[in-house]
Formats: sequence, structure tokens, C-alpha cells
Amino acid sequence: MNFKLKIWRQKDAKSKGEFKTYEVKNISADTSFLEMLDILNNDLVHAGEEPVAFDHDCREGICGMCSLHINGHAHGPSQAVTTCQMYMRKFKDGSTITIEPWRSAAFPVIKDLVVNRGAYDEILQAGGFVSVRTNSVPDGNAIPIPKADADESMDAASCVGCGACAATCKNGSAMLFVAARVSSLAKLPQGRVEGARRAKAMVAKMDELGFGNCTNTGACQAQCPKQVSIAHIARLNREFLAAKLQD
Amino acid sequence: MSCFLTNSSVGKKLVMSVTGCFLVLFILFHMSMNLTVLFSREAYNLVCEFLGANWYALAATVVLAGGVAVHFIYAFILTLDNYRARGKQRYAVTVQEKGVSWASKNMLVLGIIVVLGLALHLVHFWSKMQLVEVLHSQFAMGVDANGAELTFHPANGALLMAFTFSKWYNVVLYLVWFAALWFHLTHGVWSMFQSAGFANDTWYPRLKCVANVVATLIFLGFAVVAVVCFFKSSDFIAEMVNWTPGL
Amino acid sequence: MAYKLDAKTPAGELAQKWSNHKAAIKVVSPANKRKLDIIVVGTGLGGASAAASLGELGYNVKIFCISDSPRRAHSIAAQGGINAAKNYQNDNDSIYRLFYDTIKGGDYRAREANVYRLAEVSNLIIDQCVAQGVPFAREYGGLLANRSFGGAQVSRTFYARGQTGQQLLLGAYAALNKEIAAGSVKSYPRHEMLDIVVEDGEAKGIIARNLVTGEIERHGAHAVVIATGGYGNVFFLSTNAMGSNGSAAFQCYRKGAGFANPCFTQIHPTCIPIHGTQQSKLTLMSESLRNDGRIWVPKKKEDVEAIRKGTKMPSQIAEEDRDYYLERRYPAFGNLVPRDVASRAAKERCDAGFGVNETGLAVFLDFKTAIERLGKEIIKQRYGNLFDMYEEITDVNPYEQPMQIYPAVHYTMGGIWVDYNLMTTIPGLYAIGEANFSDHGANRLGASALMQGLADGYFVLPYTIGDYLSKKIQAPKVSTDTPAFAEAEKAVKDKIAKLFAIKGNQSVDDIHKRLGNIMWDNVGMARTEESLKKAITEIQALRKEFWSDLKLVGTEDSFNVELEKALRLVDYLELGELMARDALNREESCGGHFRSEHQTEDGEALRHDDKFAYASVWEYKGMDVEPEMTKEVLDYEFVHRAQRNYKD
Repeated sequence: MNFKLKIWRQKDAKSKGEFKTYEVKNISADTSFLEMLDILNNDLVHAGEEPVAFDHDCREGICGMCSLHINGHAHGPSQAVTTCQMYMRKFKDGSTITIEPWRSAAFPVIKDLVVNRGAYDEILQAGGFVSVRTNSVPDGNAIPIPKADADESMDAASCVGCGACAATCKNGSAMLFVAARVSSLAKLPQGRVEGARRAKAMVAKMDELGFGNCTNTGACQAQCPKQVSIAHIARLNREFLAAKLQD
Repeated sequence: MSCFLTNSSVGKKLVMSVTGCFLVLFILFHMSMNLTVLFSREAYNLVCEFLGANWYALAATVVLAGGVAVHFIYAFILTLDNYRARGKQRYAVTVQEKGVSWASKNMLVLGIIVVLGLALHLVHFWSKMQLVEVLHSQFAMGVDANGAELTFHPANGALLMAFTFSKWYNVVLYLVWFAALWFHLTHGVWSMFQSAGFANDTWYPRLKCVANVVATLIFLGFAVVAVVCFFKSSDFIAEMVNWTPGL
Repeated sequence: MAYKLDAKTPAGELAQKWSNHKAAIKVVSPANKRKLDIIVVGTGLGGASAAASLGELGYNVKIFCISDSPRRAHSIAAQGGINAAKNYQNDNDSIYRLFYDTIKGGDYRAREANVYRLAEVSNLIIDQCVAQGVPFAREYGGLLANRSFGGAQVSRTFYARGQTGQQLLLGAYAALNKEIAAGSVKSYPRHEMLDIVVEDGEAKGIIARNLVTGEIERHGAHAVVIATGGYGNVFFLSTNAMGSNGSAAFQCYRKGAGFANPCFTQIHPTCIPIHGTQQSKLTLMSESLRNDGRIWVPKKKEDVEAIRKGTKMPSQIAEEDRDYYLERRYPAFGNLVPRDVASRAAKERCDAGFGVNETGLAVFLDFKTAIERLGKEIIKQRYGNLFDMYEEITDVNPYEQPMQIYPAVHYTMGGIWVDYNLMTTIPGLYAIGEANFSDHGANRLGASALMQGLADGYFVLPYTIGDYLSKKIQAPKVSTDTPAFAEAEKAVKDKIAKLFAIKGNQSVDDIHKRLGNIMWDNVGMARTEESLKKAITEIQALRKEFWSDLKLVGTEDSFNVELEKALRLVDYLELGELMARDALNREESCGGHFRSEHQTEDGEALRHDDKFAYASVWEYKGMDVEPEMTKEVLDYEFVHRAQRNYKD
């Protein structure tokens, strides 16, 4: 297969970027999207050009490191997968593929397709944890947790923190990410204890970092590689409002 | 709970949700009131009289206007926030995500159309009815189909309605307005539950169904009155031209 | 000068060793902890849990990771689960049984006391993770669920769908975030450790490169903890993340830390087979699939041919024409034999010509029987995400046709040598998790890597590091303005400059792929004296080629992925040779190390306990100089070494 690639190139955070067009040839349909970029990069190195910088790591769809806005879709046109799990058979031979970095005020571009997602870490540092010390805990089976609750908590916890939700949201809102963590812990008795504090702190940090306001479009859920539901956003709203009304 | 309604994203959305809910309820009431005109012009005018320059009607009007204003101002604040959060650099390629409604992404535009329609509506009706009463004028002035000067009592809503909708362009304008409102409500009605935290995966289909039903009822309820008034305008005018208040 | 290795294994009964040791070692008072700095490199399960626990204790911790967030560490990719000796299933599990299974699974090449401690703290890990809000799978009664895993006859594996590593890491990362918020830990994402600084024989800090700006930074501390995982990416193709690398560990080795058992590499049996030369990595399918999946190849060569040509679908092969070779060879454990055994059995069948894809390097993992027995729904519940992933990658629906799998490099049991306190041969330098060598011997059992990472980080290191730091309470803040730091920084800068100066023709990946092929062909699943000698010669030649023909683009003072990769390849090119040397030295087969010259009549690994019951600890002598090996003799006081038997 052959493709024309329109890729965003930007030297560093301060530079102005632009699209550059490249061609890749003889790509097998079983090649993954990132392997296709590896091939392009190896060609670029041989040509003495700087390869395209993009974030990636596990290439199994779990680390959340890969990003890329491909032909208008966060993580490409396939549903429920990360960019690293996209295969070239999903694209039409000979087509042009536009590749952009995440675009969101809170995710500034570092280079080419690499953005800084440190804001997500900061939000979690604000309260995305249970305040227990190592070793000061009861037996794992001390508190039974209904299976349905554990399962729902796990649904939310499957978030990989890739940033697709904020990147795809027309409002640049990080609500799905924040909600996933808040909701996952809210469904467990261990997390419930400081639920109110957590919801308030994380929402406040999210707002402070310049993420937008959720308008319930559901675009985040549609593009989420882990299909985290916006029902968790409803729970976050509930947690936050209940906490605020008690203040 | 000092200021989370103004300084947190979730709080601001709650304000949108509550004011939106209030406006929907008002619209439903207004629609049922309008529908009486189809059965009895006298009865309709009785409601108009009831909602004249009394303290309770005036108080309700002020609250209502406040609701509209808050909903409107918050919409602008939120949109401005969101525009900033999206960042300066926009995506070159965007798509409509699967399962994301067009209305949800265009609420501000739809809202502006609704407000413009509202302005027209206030000029057409409210300025000739409640406003006239507030200003202690006994009669409002109008011009009939033949250009002859027409005077009527400000509570003679049925006559004013028949008179307004006798003009086809008014009917078209109002239908466009109702259509914008329909779109706005298909997203707004379920969304207000989401923002207030009362939604989950089980209830999304139900809430979205309710939203569609409410939006459609409101559209049909208003549209049928405008259309019927258009076709029966001469009958209604003849019937109501010499009406005097009974209260 | 050979090492004088002292494992510091405490005396006494096996079950009492850890308690006795804890009672004997020193602690640091809270007031003094505030004065002590610790650097932790790596944010996987080991690094994150250690940094969080040390931060809680009151030390000042700096934590470094190469990715954009601590949460990306490759621990996150572990799918199957984590072992613990809770005996919640009432199947007669115990700390001793977990210890014994682990020792046996490691083919009697691990240190008894370390493994027992691992089994002992395993239960605490589960409690800790539950308290952190890790959503482990539960039964309808609300209690924790378990599944069985390779190499064990009891159900002791705790899991969170197929994402256990992710959930445990998110737990540790949350604990880390709590400490970052509290100010006791400072996080340095997108930073790579390029050297360890040793002064007066003690670890005093690291030289790190800010991967965004390219700046070379000095960081000093009273102790340094290496938690950077394994070095499987020497093979280029492995199940490791693209960024996983052995460089931090290798710098320690260069600076004098002993490197133990480098040849012990685990080849995981259930990976998706290689599809072509453009592939960048191999994808693991969780070992848990072997709970319900049955592994087979056709009995008849003509069926193999028909499947390869595509004229016959695997599902059309009749039951009697299928060779369920694991069930045939190992009736007691069947498809649940340990990884090394399953991998070698797959290789044996493929070498015999029964491999089922066009490359001849694949076997079937079939869920037909399980679907018939349990129904598609239950299988979907258990493995749905794995099945979807498989279909996404291969375009084959595993509910209808069996999966194709083949072994791939997965984990390295070898690593930096540590004593019972997890301290390396350099005082003040610690290594935890996969980066050290201590607990898995020659082969790691499934669901034990997560256990070791968290055991070291939460429950071992925070105690044992105090013993060393208690001697440092009078020491002032470590100054980075010393000759040792200056020298280390200069060496790093010179190395980078030298790489840019080569201006050759081959890219980093070109050379890395060639190294990978040499390693896989000669230091892979089956090794011979001949292949290993060949590997050593070829790697040496390739290393020369690298230093004369590398083409490196970009600049050193910017975000430059090529430079990062080149620096790592520098180390792989030496580490590969070290692995081959170790494998050549170890003239026996054990666990993941299979020397074809040393096998039983049925083709099983044949150990030589009389000669090789030791850990080989290598000491760096220079890039092109043969390293020196010291033996840590592994005395087995409590377990009788036997030929591993998974047949009955």
C-alpha cells in the first residue's frame, strides 16, 4: 500500500509549526500505524532529515502514551483502540492521511506530534488517590464490595490517561478523564471516605489548568480508546455538587 | 457554597441546567396556554387578563427574564472559556463523531437563534400586552390587514395572535424559531439531567427519548397554533375584534 | 579484582529470616529522615511504590522516568494478575507453597531467603492494593476472586480483568501522586538517567538528560534506587515497550555494580507471531488464556501444508488429527506448564515442521472446547478484550478460528546483583523489581513480576534502605559540585558528541534490528556453544560497525528520539555480548536458559547442580575487555533440588 502523509512539523514549543507532506510506499496491510511512521522515520534518517517525533511506548494500547489526531479522529478512525493498535488495512490504499498533534490549550506541543500532558498528572496529584499509608491497611477481604460496584469501578479505571477526551472535545474539557478517576474511587468503599474532598480538589485543579467546560456532547466517549462512559461524568457532577452543597 | 456556581465548571453547568429546566417548564406552560386559543379565544384572553399587570404576573415575568438572562450570559461565559481552552491552533481536519448529535455541538448558535426569535416575539406580543398595561395605557395600537388603524385591549391576546399570524412571513419566522428551539431542546433537556448529576448508562436512552418527546411536543404545540391562526386569521379577527375584558 | 559477595542472608529458620532481619537492622528517626535524599530511577511498580513509601516515611525523594508521566511505565502492560498466598480459595495454598512453586519454577537458581520473603509479603500487597482502591475482580459475595496461572496447581492469582498491571500501577502511581502533592517526592518526567555517580566507593547521585531540552543535569542523593525494569529489548523484537531499556542498569554495571545471570531471559509462550520485517514489537496475549485455551498443532504434515496454503481452515481439522502436545507431554499440568516449558515445546513442534503459519513459526491456541463447555458469553466475559485485541491485530476472529501464537522475549530474570537488602555491590546503590536478579532464578512464574515489583517497593526496600541511611544521618546534603559529578557529566557529554561525530550511513534501528537477529538466532530459546561463540564474534563486529557507521540526525540540545535510541543501543551492544558470555559459561540448561547440549532424553532442561548452583556475577572491565565473573553460591538449606517435573 502507498500513502501520502500530511504531518504537522514543529521544531519546539516556541516555534511555529506547519504541515509537511511525505510519501510512504510498499506498506503491508498488517503494518501498524506507528510501524508505518517508523518506516517513514527510518527513511528520513537515511535522507539526513530529522524524524517525526511522536509519543508511543507499549504499543499494546495500555500505557496511554501514544496520541495523534488522524484524519480528524483522536487515535484514528477505528473505534475503541489507541493509535498503536491501528492497522494500515483500515486505510484506503493511495489515500492522504492527515496527522496532527493533540490540540488543546492545556496540552502545548513540545515537538512535532508530541504534546505535554503534564496537566493530567497535576489533576491526579490534586486528589486522585486514597490517602492510605503503606502497611496501615486491613485485610483485602475485610470489606466486601458488591461485584457490580467493583466492575463499574473497573470500567472507569480502564482510562489510560492518553488525553484523547480533552483533545477531541470541542471545549477542551478534561471531564471524562477527571470523572474516570473520581468515579472509579467513588464506587469503592475505600475511595468513598474522602470522596467529597477528592471531587472538589480535582475539579478545582482541572479548572485552574485551563481545561474547558463540559457541554455533554459525548465526543469524548465516542473517541475514548477505552470507551469510558460519560455516565462517570454524571457521577462526578453528582459527587462535586453534593460536596459543595454540604460546605 | 459561596461561589462554586460562578467559579467552577461543574457549578456553572448546574446554573445552565437549573435555568434551562426552569425555561423548559415555562415554555411548556406557555405552550399549553397557547393551545387554548384553538378551542376558545375567550378562554385564551381570560388567561391573558390573568397574566396582565398584576404583581404576581409581573414578579413571574421578572424571574423569567432573569432566568433567560442568566442562561444566556452563562452560555457566553462558558463558550468563551471553552474557546480559550481549545487553544489557538485549531485542527485542520475535524469530523462529526459517531453518536454525537449536531445540536450538542451547536448549542450557542441555536441559543442565539432562539433569543433572536424571542426578541421578535416580545415586540410582537409582550410589548403590546403586558408592557402596555404596565405603562397604564388602556389600548394598544395596531394596523389591520387593510391598513386601517386598530385599537384593542392589551388582554385581547387572541386578536393579536390572529392578527400577527395572518402574515405568512411571521409564520415562517416563528417556525424557524421553533425548529431552532427543537434542536436546542433535544440536547438541552437530557443534558440538564447530566449536568445536575442525574444520569447513567441505563437512563441515557430514556432521558434522550424524553428530550426528543418534550422538544417535539413543544415544537408541535407552538407550530400548530401559528399555522391554525394563519389559516383561520380572518375568522378569529372577526370573532375577537369587539371583545372586551370580563374581569 | 573479583567481588567479595556477601548476600547478607540472615541466619535462622526460613520463616523467621525476614522477621529476624527486620528486628536486627537499624532505623532512621523521623527528624533524620527529613535530612536524607533518595533518588529513584523508574516509575513502574517497583519505583513508584518505593518512592511513595519512602516519601511517606519522610525522606526527600526525587523520582525520574523517561516517559511523559510516571503512569506509562511498562508494568502497566502486565495483563494476567498478581500472586499471593492468601489461600482464599481454600485449595491448601500457603506461603510455603508459593515459595516452593517460585523456587521450583525458577529451576532452583534463586536465593531461598529472598523468595521466601517474597511469598511472605505477597499477602500484604493484596491488602495494600485493595486499600488504595484497586478494583480487583470480585465474586458475587463481594470477596476477592482468584484465577489459576501457569506453574501452579492452586488458584492464587488476583486480577483486574486483563489489566492487572495497569490497575496496580495506577494504585502505586496514585500513592506516588499523594506524596508528590505532599511535597515529599519530586517528579522528573521525560528525564533519562545516563550515568550513576560514585564517589568514595558510594553511590552519590545520577547524571540525567532532560529529554525535552537536552540539558544534562546533575542530581545528588544519599542513596540511589534503580527500578528501571529489564533489558529484553536487546532482542529488538520483544513484548517490552519501545522505551523499555537496560541502560540505567548497564551504567551501574559500568561503574562497578555486579550484573548477575544476564543470560536468564524469559521467552513468553503466548505472543502473536511475527508478521514481517517491518514489525516494531511483539504483542503478548495474556498467559491467562492458557486457563481455557488448548494448545495444539496438526498431527499430519499434510494438514500443516493445507493450513499454510489456506486450503484448510484450522477449525476443519478433526479432533483425532490434532496434537495437543502440552497435554500429551505434561499430563499433570497440561496447558498450564511454566512459560519456559511451554515455549520450548512450541519451538520443538515448529522445528519438527508442524508450525502453522507461512513462516512455520506458530502454534494454535484454541478455545473451541472451552466455548462448548462454558458458552461464548463466559469466554467473552473472561477474555473479551484480549479476543478483540487479537482480532484487531490479525484480522482473525478467535471465537471462530483458533489463535496463532508463538514465543517471544518477555522478561529478563537476570539483572543487577543485590544482597538481601536489595543493595548492589556499590554501597548506597539499590536495585529493585525486574532490574535486579534476585527472586525468579532461571525462570519467572506468571503473575510473579507484579508481586516482586511491589514487594520490593512497598515492603522490603523502605526497611532495608534505612539500615544504610542510618549511617548517613551525619552526612551533609550531597554536593553535585564535585570532581566525580563533573567527570561523569563530561563522560556523558563526550559520549553524545562522539555519537554525533560518527556521521556514518546506518540508522540506529538498522543496527538494532541486526543485533536483535543475532540475539534471537544465537542467544534465544535454544543455545549452543557454537551459536554463543558466533554471537559474541558477530556482536563485537557489529559494535565496531556501530561506532564507525552510525548515522545520527538532530542535535544534542533538543528533543531527539534518535539520540535516545542511540545511547541505549550503545549499551545493548555490550549487554548482548555479556548475555552470550554468561550463556556460554553456564553449561547446563535451567529455566529460560536452554543449552541444547544439556537436555534429558525427553528434551527437558538438564541442570548440573554440582557445577552451576550459583549466580554468575559479572564485573565490568571495559568495552572490549572480557568481564570477570564471580560466583554467588546458592546454598539450598530448605528445599531439595529436584529435576523439575510437570508430568505427574
